[in-house]
Amino acid sequence: MASMNTGIVEQADQIFVVLKGAVVSHLPTILQPLVSAIISVIAVVAVFAGLFALTTVFERKGLGRMQNRLGPNRVGPFGFFQPAADGIKSLTKEDLVPRAADKIVHFLAPVVLVAASFLGYAVLPVGRNMVVTNLDAGVLYFFAAGSMVELGVFMAGWSSHSKYSLLGAMRAVAQMISYEVPLVLASISVIMTAGSLSTVDIVAKQAQYTGTIAHWYVFTPWGFAGFILFMIAATAESNRCPFDLPEGESEIIAGYFIEYSGFKFALFFAGEYLGMLATSALAITLFLGGWSAPFSFLAWVPSWIWFFAKLLTLIFCFIWVRGTLPRLRMDQLMGLAWKFMLPMTILNLFVAAAWRFVPGGLPVRWFVCAAMLVIPFALLSRGLRSEKKLQTRTYRFAE
Amino acid sequence: MVGSGILKGLAETARNFVGSYASEERMTTVEYPEEKLPRIEASRNFPFLVFDGDDWHAGMRCVSCQICEKECPPKCIYIEKSTDKKPDAVGKLQNYPARFDIDISVCMSCQICVEVCPFDAIKMDNAFEYFATDRFGDLVLDKQKLSRSNEYYHQIHPTEAANVDAELAAARAKAAPKPAAPAAAAAAPAVAKPAAAPEVTASTANKPAANDPAKESNG
Repeated sequence: MASMNTGIVEQADQIFVVLKGAVVSHLPTILQPLVSAIISVIAVVAVFAGLFALTTVFERKGLGRMQNRLGPNRVGPFGFFQPAADGIKSLTKEDLVPRAADKIVHFLAPVVLVAASFLGYAVLPVGRNMVVTNLDAGVLYFFAAGSMVELGVFMAGWSSHSKYSLLGAMRAVAQMISYEVPLVLASISVIMTAGSLSTVDIVAKQAQYTGTIAHWYVFTPWGFAGFILFMIAATAESNRCPFDLPEGESEIIAGYFIEYSGFKFALFFAGEYLGMLATSALAITLFLGGWSAPFSFLAWVPSWIWFFAKLLTLIFCFIWVRGTLPRLRMDQLMGLAWKFMLPMTILNLFVAAAWRFVPGGLPVRWFVCAAMLVIPFALLSRGLRSEKKLQTRTYRFAE
Repeated sequence: MVGSGILKGLAETARNFVGSYASEERMTTVEYPEEKLPRIEASRNFPFLVFDGDDWHAGMRCVSCQICEKECPPKCIYIEKSTDKKPDAVGKLQNYPARFDIDISVCMSCQICVEVCPFDAIKMDNAFEYFATDRFGDLVLDKQKLSRSNEYYHQIHPTEAANVDAELAAARAKAAPKPAAPAAAAAAPAVAKPAAAPEVTASTANKPAANDPAKESNG
């Protein structure tokens, strides 16, 4: 009985792997690796593009509810076919290219952006044995591919030949480069602890259980702090509210993609959401145990369900934050990156090291590491506050 | 500490999110085509012509005095006077508009035509769900399209319409003693008045005729 149960669980868990294997096994040996890769890529592109569509409607409905509104409810049941209507609308709209624009770069920018956003998914394990490719330097590859997004953004801003788009692109590049530092530093603590850059290995390290509790890094003080820091940096990386200065509707209208219309505009939109999904998926991989269950008695739930459940939860958090916080000012944004995020992430590296080397049992390590984080955090936040001494402004001419 | 305000804000939005599913009172949304809020009595959109009784043409209050046409700031009203006469709301013989057009693409809903009308013949409608498939012809409303019954007027502006009805009833009562026996002296001014009134309107009627070509080209 027990073995039969585990057999069913195993099948449910590996159903997509088995299906792909069944398709590929009918082909000649020489074609098998190629077809296997193509199937994986198509699956990733289809699933995450679908998730993008789902996220847009969830976001609009969720934001509406947070503001005591209904949100879209016209297209299909509860408005869930709204993305289809949006897609048709953006496809049928006129594609405007400014006369002064650099036509080739203007065309390439959204393509580069979306392609770069998709590249990162190659190393994200969405389930047990479900990863497009297991690179030894997977995390490094992810950040390298992700940094191409900045290129796409700046291409868009520069080629549009508009001051708004250029301002937006400048802001975007400044912001994304600033926040890439804490983003990478936050994940380095995980890489140090796991001793591997491979996303598959990092998840495998977390998919072990002491008693019933999994070894997720978020369950440690440094992991929890690292997760929060990573998510803040990820929000800024994907230009999400409250870090959506590159778009800044109220001051620079739409920022770097102001000169885009129709489907190219939709591509920028897709790029932003795909970036958010990718960094959320990386946060899951690094801190939330990837596809593993939090408790050993829940391990019978298929691994891919765990992954996507975690992903949707993180997306909800993104939407929740967007519904709550107003946009930062440019100096606040930079101040947060360099005065708060950077010291805290560097400190977190030392805490992660201390977690490894502090002698004594779990309570002692917990106490030492938590103190190492909380005390500097309190001091830093107090210091940042006391620094703000507003001068009385004197007006020379307007008096 | 940094972040405590953020947590407070997150708690507030979470309360809204959960509360919007729990209690209907939180939701302020009116799902428009299915449910509509009652319109405020003083709301207004475009003018219409009031008629009494059932026949829109016979009961039309307008006597084509053309004051509204002259006062209209964007000049969206075009009136052609009739050559014959019919009894008006009070019972006197008056001209009526042979043509009364309002270009609602030009109308700015200022209500000045209503303010200046001495016959309570033009009033503001509050219907807002208009559509037109032709952006030239369909937006010029002729007198039939502009006509609305007095009952409709009562329906949309009850207080105002009641006042107007009271005034009209008073005017009718004033005009009524005409057939009665003891009012031979009173009848004289009543007869003299309608005779004088067309004269006033006739003298002003010549002016807008000069504007006609310009109006035609606008239309």
